[in-house]
Amino acid sequence: MNTEIAAADALDPLQVAENWTGAGRDVAIATVIETWGSAPRPVGSQLVIDSDGNFHGSVSGGCVEGAVIAEAADVFENGKPRMLEFGVADETAWQVGLSCGGRIKVFVERLG
Amino acid sequence: MDPKLLRQLNAERAARRAAILVTDLERGSDRLVREGDDVAGELREAVERGFRSGKSGVAEIDDRQMFLNVHLPPPRIVVIGAVHISQALAPMARIAGFDMAIIDPRTAFATDERFHDVTLHAEWPEDVLKEHPLDAYTALCAVTHDPKIDDYPLAAALRAGCFYVGALGSRKTHAKRVDRLKEQGLTEAEIGRIHAPIGLDIAAASPAEIAVATLAQVIEALRKRELAGGRAMRAA
Repeated sequence: MNTEIAAADALDPLQVAENWTGAGRDVAIATVIETWGSAPRPVGSQLVIDSDGNFHGSVSGGCVEGAVIAEAADVFENGKPRMLEFGVADETAWQVGLSCGGRIKVFVERLG
Repeated sequence: MDPKLLRQLNAERAARRAAILVTDLERGSDRLVREGDDVAGELREAVERGFRSGKSGVAEIDDRQMFLNVHLPPPRIVVIGAVHISQALAPMARIAGFDMAIIDPRTAFATDERFHDVTLHAEWPEDVLKEHPLDAYTALCAVTHDPKIDDYPLAAALRAGCFYVGALGSRKTHAKRVDRLKEQGLTEAEIGRIHAPIGLDIAAASPAEIAVATLAQVIEALRKRELAGGRAMRAA
């Protein structure tokens, strides 16, 4: 039972965020706050990022994580939260779109 | 996000208590609301809706865009009795999204051969519940017919505020059970929370049908449950 709990903790983004920040790492949290159409991950899903580009969790099925991590650099730099939007309507759809045709809004904030 | 808030939120989640992290999307400031906390104004309605539905989302509160990330403990069903009904209930509960555990000290009943893919404890409820206590996000179904096994977990479920408490048995059996629970110091109002006979009245006849009736009643109790703090809520 305890090993099960430990394994679940290791996969839980918010627990990972607490562990990373406790270890002195600079951490940002990205959260899906709205979805339209078919979106790969539900509202509330979270991705934890550190300033070296390590990440844990997901805000899509792998479609836009790279872009979110790149945008997080700004958040680390000035500490201000950012709102990101991804979807087929986006001009960058070919690079970082959701192939499922959905649209998502992601809020990125720094921890601390 | 404030790291202190994150630690508090993780502590609430680890303890299987409901909490909502409310984030102001313009300022980036946030606050933690626990179930039962007194919340004022427009936020109150949004928070209550979140606790009841379990759904996260954006709400406009006092002309500000707020994101409510709702963290509810995953609901689970603890069944006392590794009987025929439990064999039918286990796969149904899993499909409906519940974690389920079965407790029965009778090792002839609680065998791996009779139960697959479900947590099975071939021990007395007194011992198991010490290790895995009941809580408000747990439904307790007592289906052994045996007071020696059922009574203790029924009393424990009422004291823990389980969102559902059900017991198998005829009205006559239940009347005797009520007397025994009163002797244990439970009030009439507390005992009145027990659904007995167990399950919605759909004239269920077979063990599988009783499992359907029971699961439906558990879902009804979950979706119509009262929020901690005492305000009765109805599904919108």
